[in-house]
Amino acid sequence: MLYLSADGRHPVRFTLNGRYVEGEAEPRLLLTDFLRHEIGATGTHVGCEHGVCGACTVRVDGLVVRACLVYAVQVDGCRVDTIEGMADGDELNDLQLAFQRHHALQCGFCTPGILMSLSQLVEEEPHADGSRVREVLSGHLCRCTGYYGMVAAVMEVLAARRKAKNV
Amino acid sequence: MIYRLIFSSDHLHPTRLIVSNARMEHVGRSFERVEDPALLRGAGRFADDLAEPPGCLHAAFLRAPVAHAEIKSIDTKNALALPGVTAIITGSELAQHTAPFLSGVKVNAPQYALAIERVRHVGEPVAIVVARDRYVAEDALEIIQVDYASLDPVVDPEVAAEPTTQLLHPDAGSNVLHERRFKYGDPDQAFAEAAHVVKTTVRYPRNSCTPIEAFVVLATYHPGENVFEVTANFQGPYTLHPVMARALGLPGNRLRLKTPPDSGGSFGTKQAVFNNIVGLAVAAKVSRRPVKWVEDRLEHLAASTSATNRVTTIQAALDADGHITALDYDQLEDCGAYLRAPEPATIYRMHGNMTGAYTIENLAIRNRVVVTNKTPTGLMRGFGGPQVYFALERVVDLAAARLGIDPLEIRRRNLVPPNAMPHSTAPGAVLDSGNYLGTVDRAEHEGDLAELRARRAQARADGRLYGIGHACIIEPSISNMGYITTLLTPQERARSGAKNGALATASVNFDPSGAVTVQVSSVPQGQGHRTVLAQVVADELGIYPSTIVTATDHDTLKDPWSIASGNYSSRFAGAVAGAAKLAAARIAERLKSIAASDLNVPLSDVELTDGMARAVSNPDNAIPIERIAAKAHWSPLSVPLDAGAGLRETAFWTAPELSEPDTHDRVNSSGAYGFIFDFCGVEVDPLDGAVRIDKYVTAHDAGRILNPTLADGQIRGGFAHGFGAALLEELTYTPDGAFLAGTFSDYCPPYASDMPELKILHDQSPSPVTPTGAKGLGEGNCMSTPVCIANAVADAVGCPVNTLPLTRERILKLISIEEPVDPKPTRIPPLELLGDGHALRGEGSATVPASPEKVWETILDPDHLPAIIPFCHAVEHDGEHTYRVEASFGIGPIRGRFQAQLLLSNLDPGKGLCLNGDATGALGCATGRSEIRLTKCEKGTRVDYAYALLISGKIASVGGRLLEGAVRGQIAEIFGRIAGANTTKTASGLRARLAGWLRVKS
Repeated sequence: MLYLSADGRHPVRFTLNGRYVEGEAEPRLLLTDFLRHEIGATGTHVGCEHGVCGACTVRVDGLVVRACLVYAVQVDGCRVDTIEGMADGDELNDLQLAFQRHHALQCGFCTPGILMSLSQLVEEEPHADGSRVREVLSGHLCRCTGYYGMVAAVMEVLAARRKAKNV
Repeated sequence: MIYRLIFSSDHLHPTRLIVSNARMEHVGRSFERVEDPALLRGAGRFADDLAEPPGCLHAAFLRAPVAHAEIKSIDTKNALALPGVTAIITGSELAQHTAPFLSGVKVNAPQYALAIERVRHVGEPVAIVVARDRYVAEDALEIIQVDYASLDPVVDPEVAAEPTTQLLHPDAGSNVLHERRFKYGDPDQAFAEAAHVVKTTVRYPRNSCTPIEAFVVLATYHPGENVFEVTANFQGPYTLHPVMARALGLPGNRLRLKTPPDSGGSFGTKQAVFNNIVGLAVAAKVSRRPVKWVEDRLEHLAASTSATNRVTTIQAALDADGHITALDYDQLEDCGAYLRAPEPATIYRMHGNMTGAYTIENLAIRNRVVVTNKTPTGLMRGFGGPQVYFALERVVDLAAARLGIDPLEIRRRNLVPPNAMPHSTAPGAVLDSGNYLGTVDRAEHEGDLAELRARRAQARADGRLYGIGHACIIEPSISNMGYITTLLTPQERARSGAKNGALATASVNFDPSGAVTVQVSSVPQGQGHRTVLAQVVADELGIYPSTIVTATDHDTLKDPWSIASGNYSSRFAGAVAGAAKLAAARIAERLKSIAASDLNVPLSDVELTDGMARAVSNPDNAIPIERIAAKAHWSPLSVPLDAGAGLRETAFWTAPELSEPDTHDRVNSSGAYGFIFDFCGVEVDPLDGAVRIDKYVTAHDAGRILNPTLADGQIRGGFAHGFGAALLEELTYTPDGAFLAGTFSDYCPPYASDMPELKILHDQSPSPVTPTGAKGLGEGNCMSTPVCIANAVADAVGCPVNTLPLTRERILKLISIEEPVDPKPTRIPPLELLGDGHALRGEGSATVPASPEKVWETILDPDHLPAIIPFCHAVEHDGEHTYRVEASFGIGPIRGRFQAQLLLSNLDPGKGLCLNGDATGALGCATGRSEIRLTKCEKGTRVDYAYALLISGKIASVGGRLLEGAVRGQIAEIFGRIAGANTTKTASGLRARLAGWLRVKS
């Protein structure tokens, strides 16, 4: 168990989207604030800061977590993946492209968190059906779209990936 | 980059699509959005993503924990001493720098950016802390001491309107800050002669569209020029710019307001950032540093803005055939604690179309606007529509039932017929175009209403609760700047000068390389304006949308704008895109003039297409448009005189039809009027009260559709808001003004798993008013869907539905099946509550391995109090059996200090006592009673306790599950510690606390 003094700043070092980053944080600094304002990775958004809306969703060591419910010091030594690492260089990935095709976003504020949750879904559950997709999406709030395009986009990606892998 | 077309079915009805200009090729088609690639990779530029200036400080607001109180004193000494705190601005200091905000109603009820002397709603800002970072600023909030003297809270608008009720603004003389009556035609005679009069009273609740991005303000003061430079995710209307400037005591050009390139949704709400802009501007001036504030979710839900809740008594007069001959509205509008600009606009936005989609010649309206101890209201998607149509479309259903006519048939009998277009309504709207009956027929057929009726028949035969609802509504768009002046009498209007029109602006520019930029003041909030503007301008210039760059971030110092600028009243597609079309058309004429000279053909022979200026008579005679544009920059002396110099055009457009209200109070309140017909089938579960939407069909005639995919996106989004308003969402207050919906667990927007399927149909009767032929379409389902679902539920359960949202509890109440109550008997009779706050009751017991006498001693020993109160910081003996306690309490991330006064009473030595107390702190207030009984038992003493608590303020706002769990845990811990203390009676101080704590935990 790591004990940190409340007053001091503590080193935080982790791998962000495949690149080593480091900084210092008070123990109470949230991961959202650290990513956005210490590292400058502003793609992770803050919507509620109580773990309900899902806008801040990132992946820590592959697991989907709410960055607003994690302290920065907790990810020391971890692998952190955010929306900024999703595209392959200049090329949007299949999920991002499907979101664009299906008008699955409007203001785009909730979108990064949603894409992070869905990235895990499409990796781990190739046979997810519509109700499973809605269940996963129900960890997120979107106020613009009514979710319609998102469900269509994910179903299309799942089918295409299944076809590509012949499963 | 090649522009990709989205091929989608079901969007257009080709036989009805009217193409006014054969050269148009991009408008009317679905294009992927230019906004998306950045947003999809997290590269959007939202307000909180922009670089902070060097030395930027961060602000946090201290907010009122009570609904209504006088501020006796504010002590900021300790907070100012906290390292990292730069400044604290209280109301009295703010009042030295600012004037009250202007209001549309001349009453003495001033509002400033901070509460002055009195707080009037939970969450009202009381002070601004400016500090090194937000964390330190929030630390400082905790140790600011405010002494409040309670006043009677006024929450119910009907109570507020009574003359004997406590006044919110004593100088205004009444809580009713505005009242006007209107008569159009002869409603008295129509009601006197009516074959039937149907009457109902409905209550529309408070709700909010809650964008996922909350408010952001970054304010800087430039002392050399006396200029405030503010970046904020403000959405307009820019009528509020002079309101802010006046509050700061400056002409408009000294308040430079910039909006960011991206905004995380608004739906009207971000209008209400304006009072914070003034507060932050003062904070920047006082602290002499840039100051940034990012609103958190609790602040947004509790204190930003809300739709108005409204009580409407509506009467309809009908002839024997079911024709509505007159309507009478008595509307009581609750605008919250202040009439914040542009209120009371909500109640007047629909004024011209208060007769709905129907031909009704006689109309009476009484509008009253009251203030209550709730958050001030403001713009909200649908603005005024949900409230009006909830009354109108409910009474139409009741009329159908009274006359024994099918609810769809009675609507058909009253809809404005196509041959009556354009139809001038009794209160003054000009319903410009459309075939409402045709749209209803088509939706009935294509939406298969007959099949839905068969489903209802089958469900009812099976004994299930199944109903069908309908709604016909007019969706107004492009608000007339003069509609709000309908609240003035014609004489008052004549004195104050006419207000009319709705100016939209757009600029189109060719740079020297021939590339095109478009700039507008529509301040989009996610709708995709940039994509549509590129389509519209490309068609006028004969170029490709992908070559155009559009800027929608806005700067009042440098960009064109006007009083009507901003993102509201669905004004983009008709007005702003229309202005862009006009600006582009002007530039196209100038390009043609240069091309005619270069191609050596008459001007009438030149066309712009596929990026070329071409002679129609000889298509080989052509020149690239970018070369013409370059010529205008590089060789201005060589272009024809009539082409002018440079290639930039700014168009201002307003609908000429938008006159000010006339002397009979008739007003064409909007520039365009769409039509919507919805129907749905719902099933109600009689056991748990859940409403399931079986099928929902929405048919729109919003004029010409510029981009079908984006149009459907707007409809789906509006539908989600309407669905939430119908079934889930309410900003709940207790009767004493405590706010109970401060998190997304307490205020419940729909999730993906909640949303039903939606079938969308379009007709396209082009608006004769707007340059694009488009009417607004993004707000309509916020107006139609709540009442459509309410009508369906009423049909299902067989009783009237008079309020929303139709939560499970409310449905169960409607069908008179009470929720199962906890059968466990209480040993101690329930304690009476002391008021009406967020009430918590509980009971429990603990066994203590000591005699009742020992336990009694422990409870009465003041030295033991610190040990038995978790997170106790200090205890003072304050008279016999009275203690002052300072302790911390928290729920999840919210934690704060409280000062409590505890009083022991009804002492029955060795047997029992009462413990009463009050606590106040930055997080809120609590008052409570508890009763404790001691009984000797085998293992020592059995301690039984019961308590009743009333909680208000921030801590109540996080409500429900979280709060109850935390309080129960804390109280159980206290009694557990009493048990623990009895076995460590020789220990004291820290040792006792540790020992007690460990024992309880083990």
